[in-house]
Order: sequence, then C-alpha cells, then structure tokens
Amino acid sequence: MIEIDRIGFAIGKSEILNGVSAQLPRAKMTAIIGPNGAGKSTLLSLIARLIPPASGTIRVGGYDVQQTASDTLARILAVLRQENVIASRLRVRELVGFGRFPHTRGQPDAQDGEKIQWALDLMALSPFADRFLDQLSGGQRQRALIAMILCQDTDYILLDEPLNNLDLFHSRKLMQVLQDMAHRLGKTPVLVIHDINYAAKYADNILAMKQGGVFANGPTQAIFENHLLSDLFDTPIRIHQIDGQPVAMHH
Amino acid sequence: MPGRRLLAMAAILLIACAAYLSWGARGDWAFILSFRGTKLAALIVTGTAIAVSTKLFQTISGNRILTPSIMGFDALFVLLETTLLFALGGFGYTMLDSTIRFAVTLVLMTLAAILLFGTLMHGTRRDLHRMILVGIIFGVLFRSLSSLLARMIDPNEYAVLQANLFASFNQIELDLLGVSTVLIAVALFAAWRLRDTLDAMELGREIAINLGIDYDRHVLIVLGIIAVLVSVATALVGPVVFFGLLITSLTYQIMPGFRHRDHLIANGLLAGIVLVAGQTLMERAFHLHTPLSVIIEMLGGLAFLILILRGHTR
Repeated sequence: MIEIDRIGFAIGKSEILNGVSAQLPRAKMTAIIGPNGAGKSTLLSLIARLIPPASGTIRVGGYDVQQTASDTLARILAVLRQENVIASRLRVRELVGFGRFPHTRGQPDAQDGEKIQWALDLMALSPFADRFLDQLSGGQRQRALIAMILCQDTDYILLDEPLNNLDLFHSRKLMQVLQDMAHRLGKTPVLVIHDINYAAKYADNILAMKQGGVFANGPTQAIFENHLLSDLFDTPIRIHQIDGQPVAMHH
Repeated sequence: MPGRRLLAMAAILLIACAAYLSWGARGDWAFILSFRGTKLAALIVTGTAIAVSTKLFQTISGNRILTPSIMGFDALFVLLETTLLFALGGFGYTMLDSTIRFAVTLVLMTLAAILLFGTLMHGTRRDLHRMILVGIIFGVLFRSLSSLLARMIDPNEYAVLQANLFASFNQIELDLLGVSTVLIAVALFAAWRLRDTLDAMELGREIAINLGIDYDRHVLIVLGIIAVLVSVATALVGPVVFFGLLITSLTYQIMPGFRHRDHLIANGLLAGIVLVAGQTLMERAFHLHTPLSVIIEMLGGLAFLILILRGHTR
C-alpha cells in the first residue's frame, strides 16, 4: 500500500500540492487523472523520492521514502518520468540491463540475463535489442525505458504518462501487461494517465486530482460518474456503459 | 573486446615511454633516466588527471562537450593562488612551504568547487545551455578577478606567481610532483571505486535515483574528486583548456560500450600516449621549440568546434 499523509509541496511561492492525503491499495492498478497543473506528476515524483516534500510523509509498502536508503527503495519501487534524455550511447539491451542494477550493482549474472530477455520480449523489443537508443523512434525508446523499469522487478511501479508516443497496439499491450502484473503477481502499478478511457478499462482504482488536492479517490466504477468527471475537468462528460465498461464521451 | 583495446593502448604507451626515455640519449644513463623519468612521470600523472577529470565532469553533467576547464575550474585555481599571494604578500608566499601552500589552495579549491558547481548541478533538471552560460561567466569572472588582483600586486612579487602558474608541459613544477602523484592516486582510486555508480549516474538524475543511487551526494563527491584532479594538474602544468576534451572525444571513438570501468582506464592511457608521444616527437624528432600545449590546444579546440557543429551536445 502507498500511504500519502498530508503532503505539501511548493515551487517558490506557488503551491503545487496542498496537504494531499490518500491511500493507494496494494496489488491493484491505480490511475492518477486530472486536469493540467493538478499536481499529478509532482505527487508521483514525491512518492518516488525524486524530490523532497515540504511537509508530510509518504510510505510505500511500509517504508518512509524520505528516511529509507535509496538503494533499498530501488528494490521496492521503480519510477519512470516523462522526459528522459540519456547522454550515454547505450544499446537497448544495455539500458534494460540497468533495471538489474539495484539488485546486482553492475555485475549481472545469468539469471539477470533471463530477466532482461523477459522484459525485452514483454515490450516487443527483441528485434531492436542491439540497436543504439538514438537509432530508435520515440515510441521504441519509450518502450525500452519501460522495459528497464519492468526489469527492475519491484512491487511498486510508478509511470508518468507511459502511453506517450505509444501507438494503439503498444498502449493496449502495456496496459494489459500492467493489469496482469497487478492481478496475477500482486504488483502495484500507479500511472499518471490522460486518456481517461484507458483508466476506465484497466485501472482498479482512480485517484482524481485537481488544483493541488485530492478531488476523489476510489474504485474505478465509483469515480466514473457523470457529474464527478464533468466537475473534475470543468467540461461536460457523459459516461456510457458499453459492454459493461464505463466509456467517457468527452469530445 | 574492450579488454583487448585497453591492452593495445597500454602497449603503445609503453613504447612511447621507452622512446621518450631512450631516444637520442648520450652519456650517463643513470642521470638521463632519472632526469627524463621524472618528467615522464609528470607527463603521465597530469595527463591522466586532466583526462579523467574531464570524463567525470561529462558524466555528472550529462553531455560530451563540457569540461572542467570550460566551466572555469582551473581559472578558479588561478584565482585562489593569486588571492593567496595577495593576502600573504610576496615574502610570505615564497616563505610558505610549497607543499603547505598547495594543500591550502587545494582545500579551498575543493570547497569552492563544491559550493559553486554543486548548486549548479543540484537542480532537478540539468540544463546544458544554462551550464555553458554559467561556466563561461564563471570563467570570465575568475580570470578578471585574478587579473584585477594581479594589477594590485607588486610586479616583482607577481613574477613569483607567474612562474608557478604559467608552467607548461616543457617546464613542469617538479618540486610538487611527489605530493601530486599521491593526491592524484587517491582521487583516481576514489573514482575507480565509483565506476559502476558512475555508469548509472550518466543516465541522468531521475533514472539514477530510480536505480538506487544517492545522486545528489554522489555529485558532490565526484565534484570533489574533479577539484582535486584539476588543482593538481593546474599546479603542475598550468591551465590547459582543450586537452581533456580532445582525449575524451577520442576515447568515445575508440572504446566501445559505455562502462566507466573501461572508459576511465582508456582515458588515462590515451592521455599518456598523446602527451608522451607528442613530447617525444616535439623534443627529439623535430627539435621544435613550440610548446606541445599549443599544438594540443589547437587540436582540442578543433575537436570542440567539430563536436558543436555536428550537434553532439548531449
């Protein structure tokens, strides 16, 4: 479980998060949704100890992320932010191999090789495994980075807009993989996501944020309700049930 | 594969060293070997220090064209030495044991580097343009302050400093060689122990933290190592701007892979090869009186331009 307790964060004088408290359940996929500037990415960075909070505490699987050693946390949670510029000239397999770094400190063994191959296959990267990162398209790069995160094999997987640059096929594939990891392997994926219909289809739990605070937090069916979503985005949204799934009509 | 290239480079370095020691030697071998041997050691020590410090700086700044000297590290060293002379006066400066003086400058340099460049690197995003701008401004600021102080110092006293600061590969400050070698060995050992961590740090702050690196602390440690390496190299041969860049660029071309365990060694070996072979050719083959540093700086400057024009700024 991820326990967020009265987290405050500000950049200069502008307040980004104003005392956010929320609990994200274990072994379920949580989608964080909300309008631009709601503080979604900031909250994700705070959970992943990429930035320190101004106030409040966050516990991931019982570990206080500000107090726990970084290398211990790296075996519990993995995070991928939106923009990643990589200076080294790496091959895809080498990048994915970095996912084993928290476990092996740069000395991979045969078992790590299997894990790396598993992650490459999962993201359909095997044909490009020996290419350099700068020889890939945006979507392929994104998949390589996600493969690295999956290769890290942590209980908590935090992804900031992972569907960026991915086509329909790979978006769907990724969401299925993550859902499977939550339900079958007991992992806890937390995704910041803009396409609310992907959230509706795959997420078990939704954290809706607005203006630096929690707007709503609960099971997907409870959040996908006409008024709630319309108020969240300040735009009329109608929810239809299609094949037993809520689908948001917002265009 | 990387191993074989490293062996080949080590072999070339050995040949270059043998050529430097023996070519055109006449007379008492004991004297020749100790005289040339000291100079050879100095060349290798400073070359390695400059090349490795450049590679480390490129790793933590996440690009392949910035070097400590472009960012004003050695200008900072010159400023500190000038300030020391200004504060102590010419008599006090010369009376001070050169090792102690060096130690004082070194401590100040490390602190200043961590303070100035630590804040620059600390932000959540590393903006290359901001770093280049700040580096240029720092460099100009440090040099201007140095020359301001130089104008306020008695010219006779300044001559003492000038002899120290404008050393070159031809006139290495040999009295500091012993302590320098020890310092550089310690700094290189520290960098070598961090080799796997450095691989992860090169991926950028966020990915490095994700992989469990205590990133901000390690940036300060690496800056400290760089400060020691640059200080020692600058004390021995004076400021050298583009040599480090020349070596790291060549190393990226020669060495496959990204691992610091290969690249750190390759940078050191290549720096030794270029300096020793270059100095051998200049001194013995061409009998030229042009300082080697002029040629190296020209080649390094060309490499810098090519890198910028080809857009290898990442």
